[in-house]
Amino acid sequence: MGTTASQLGKDLLSEYQELTFLTKQEILLAHKRYSELLSKEDRNLTSVPMEKVLSLPELKSNPFRKRICHVFSTSDMKDGSLTFEDFLDLLSAFSDSATLEIKSHYAFRIFDFDDDGTLDGGDLEKLVNCLTGKTEDTRLTPEEMRQLISNILEESDIDKDGTVNLSEFQHVISRSPDFVRAKSLFCRTA
Amino acid sequence: LPLLSLGRSRGAIISQYYNRTMKLRRRRQSRPSIKDFSRSARPSIRGYGMETDCMETEGRDQLVNNLQNLSLSDRVRMLRAMPLSVAEKSELRYLYSSTILLSTSLSFSSLYPAVALKRVSGRFGTGVLSYFLFVKTLLFFNIFLFLVTGLLLAVPQAVHPPTLTQGHEAFSGLELLTGGGYFSDSVIYYGYYSNSTLSKDCRVTSSSMEQQPSPSVSRRTMETDCGGKPSYNMPLAYFFTIGLAFFITCIILVYSMSKSFGQSFRIDKSHGILAMKVFCSWDFKVIKKTSVKLRSENICIQLRELLEETSRKHVQKTACQRIGRVLVHVLAWFICIGSTVACVLALYYFSEYMHKVRDTRFHLLWCCCQCWESFVGQELYRFLLMDFIFTILDTFFGEFLWRLFSQRVLKRKRKPVFDISRNVLELIYGQTLAWLGVLFTPLLPAVQIIKLLLLFYMKQTSVMMNCQSPRKPYRASQMSTIFITLLCCPSFLGAAVCVSYTMWSIRPSESCGPFRSLSTMFQSGKLWVKELETHNPNLAWLAWAHSYIVENPLFLFLAAGIFLIVIYFNTQVVDGQRKIISLLQEQIENVTSLNSLIQYLNPS
Repeated sequence: MGTTASQLGKDLLSEYQELTFLTKQEILLAHKRYSELLSKEDRNLTSVPMEKVLSLPELKSNPFRKRICHVFSTSDMKDGSLTFEDFLDLLSAFSDSATLEIKSHYAFRIFDFDDDGTLDGGDLEKLVNCLTGKTEDTRLTPEEMRQLISNILEESDIDKDGTVNLSEFQHVISRSPDFVRAKSLFCRTA
Repeated sequence: LPLLSLGRSRGAIISQYYNRTMKLRRRRQSRPSIKDFSRSARPSIRGYGMETDCMETEGRDQLVNNLQNLSLSDRVRMLRAMPLSVAEKSELRYLYSSTILLSTSLSFSSLYPAVALKRVSGRFGTGVLSYFLFVKTLLFFNIFLFLVTGLLLAVPQAVHPPTLTQGHEAFSGLELLTGGGYFSDSVIYYGYYSNSTLSKDCRVTSSSMEQQPSPSVSRRTMETDCGGKPSYNMPLAYFFTIGLAFFITCIILVYSMSKSFGQSFRIDKSHGILAMKVFCSWDFKVIKKTSVKLRSENICIQLRELLEETSRKHVQKTACQRIGRVLVHVLAWFICIGSTVACVLALYYFSEYMHKVRDTRFHLLWCCCQCWESFVGQELYRFLLMDFIFTILDTFFGEFLWRLFSQRVLKRKRKPVFDISRNVLELIYGQTLAWLGVLFTPLLPAVQIIKLLLLFYMKQTSVMMNCQSPRKPYRASQMSTIFITLLCCPSFLGAAVCVSYTMWSIRPSESCGPFRSLSTMFQSGKLWVKELETHNPNLAWLAWAHSYIVENPLFLFLAAGIFLIVIYFNTQVVDGQRKIISLLQEQIENVTSLNSLIQYLNPS
C-alpha cells in the first residue's frame, strides 16, 4: 500500500485520518515533507533511508533519533528506513492528541535499546547517557550511574526481577503529569 | 523471551484489544456479568499463557468481529489507540468493513484558548501551570459573585437612585486609591442602598435617606401598595443575595475540592521521583541544538541534585536534629501568633485612646454620621488595592531585579526558581479580602477581577523572563488540590464565619444602608417569613420549618455528625485498599520468583 510521490488519494486520506491521530491538514503536510525527503532519483522507492529521515530538523539534534527510526520502521531489513505509513505512525504517536497508552508504548520501545522487551540495567544506562548528553562534564560518574540505576529499579520494579517491563513503565508514567505533554513533536513547520 | 514481556508481540496486543473491545461492547449493551470481572485474589499464570503468538490469527478474527459490533466513534477510538502500525491497522479495517461511511475528522482541539499558557507549561512544567490555572479559578469565582451582586443589587438600586441629603462630591482621580470621595455615595458601598421597597412611580412615598429615627417596621412593609406595579424589596434582596452567593460559592468549592482530591489521591506512597524524572523529562518538542544541549545540562544537574537528596534521606536523622527542627517550627509559630496578637491589642488600645481624646460633641457626630459598614467597605477596598500594589512591587523587585542581581553580581548560571507557594498565598489573601468585603462593598469582586486579570499577564511575562523551572516534578493535580483546600479551609471558611456573625448578631448602623431600622440583618428574613405567613396562611409550614431547622442547633449537630461518619467510613475504605495493594505487591514478587524457579527447573 505505497503512495505516489505526487498526490494522496481522497480515500487513502480518509483512511489515514481514521487510523491515526492526525488531522487532514497534518497528513497532507506530512505527505509534503515526506515527498521532499525523497530525492528525484529515488522517485520509485517506497521507503526513505534512515540517513534522510535523520536530516529532518525535528530529529536532527534529538538524542533518540536512531532509536525512533528503528522502532517505527517496518522494513524487513531492519535498517531503519521508513515508508510513508511508518512516517505517519511516527507523527501520530508523537501528536498532541495521541493517548497516554500509545505514547508510553512507543516510549518504552524507544528506550529499549537492546529490543528484548524489558528495560534492564544496560538499557537504563544508555537511556541516562542519551539524556545527559555527549560532553564529558554533563555525564554522570560511574558511581552516580550505579546509584541512579539501583534507585530507579527500586522505585519502579514491582516484581523485583531486575528489569522494568511495560506494565511497570506505564505505572511510573501514569503518575507523571508531564509525560503526555513532553512526548509530542511539534511538526507545524511548513 | 521472558513470560512477562507482553508489550512486544503482536498477538499479545491483539488479544489485549480483543478483551477491551469485548468489555466495551458489554458496557455499551448492558451490565457486565460477574464472570467477566478478573479474579483479583490470585494473579493467574494461566492469563500469561494465552498471550503468545499462536493466538494471532484466531485472535484477530475475534477482534475484527468485536470491532464490527461497536459504534463508529468507539471503533475509531479503539483503532487509533492500538499500538500497531498503519499497515496492520488498515488490514484490520479492511477486514471489518465492507462499506464504511467515512466520518469527518474528529478534531481534538485544545481546550485552553490561551497559547501563552501552553508556552508556560511547556517550559516550566505543570507546577507553575497549576498556579495560573488557580488564577483562572479565582477569576471564575469573582465573575460569578460580581454577576450575582451586580444584577441583583447594584442594577436595581442604580435604576432607582435615592435622593441625597448632602451634595455629591466631584470626581477626582484620588478616589481610585482611597475608595472615598465620589465613590462613597455610590452604588459601590453598603450605605447607598435604600431600606425600602423600590418600585416604579412610587419614589415619593418610599422612605429614602432622610433621618427617620422611628424603628417602625410595619411602615417599611406598608409601602407596597403602589397600584400593583412590580416592586423590589431591597433589604430582603440584599440579605438573600449575599446569603445565596456565599452558599453557592461554598457548594462549588466543596465540589471542586472533592473532585480534585479524588483525582490526585494516590493510595500507594509515590516515591518514584527519580524514575519519573528519567522516563519523562525528555521534551521531544526541543529541536534546536543549543536548546538540546541546555536541556541535557539541566537534566544532569537535576538528576545529581535528586540523587543527593535521596541519599541524604537514607541517612538517619538523630534525635537531636529532630528535636531541633521541632523547636524551630514552634518558635516560628510563636513569633507569628505573638506579633498578630500584639498588633490587635495595640490597635484596640490606640482606638480607645483616640476615643477618649476626641471632643464629646465630635464623638457623637463621628458615631452618627459615619456609616460603619461603608467605612469597613472602604477599608477593605484599600486593603485590596494595597495588596495589588505590593504584588506588583514584589514581582518587580523579587523576580526581575533579583534575577539581574543573581546573574550579574552573584554570577549564578541559573535563573531563580518561581516561588509557587508564596504567590499562591498572596492570591488566597486577596480572595479572602474580597469575600469579606462583599457584604459591605457589593462591587468589590469587580476590583478583584481587574486585579486578577492584570496579575495573570504580569506574572506570565515575569515568569518567562525571570525564572526557571522547578527541580522536582510536581504533580499538578496534587498542587491544585492543595490550593483549593487552602482556599476553602482558612480563607472561605473564615470569611463566611465573619459574614455570618455580622449578619446574625451585629446591629446595623442607624443612618444608612438597607437594614437601618432593624436590630440585625438577619431580621429582614424573619420578618419576611412572618409577613408571608400573615398574608398567606398556607405557608405556615415555612415558618415552622424556619424555626425548627434554621434556628435549632440540634439540626446542625445531626448534620455534622452524619458528615463525620461518612468521612470515617471513607478513610477506613482507603486504609483497606492500601493493605490490599501491599499484599498484591508481595504476591507479584512471589509469582515472579516462582516463575523463574520453574524456568530454571524446566529449561525448554
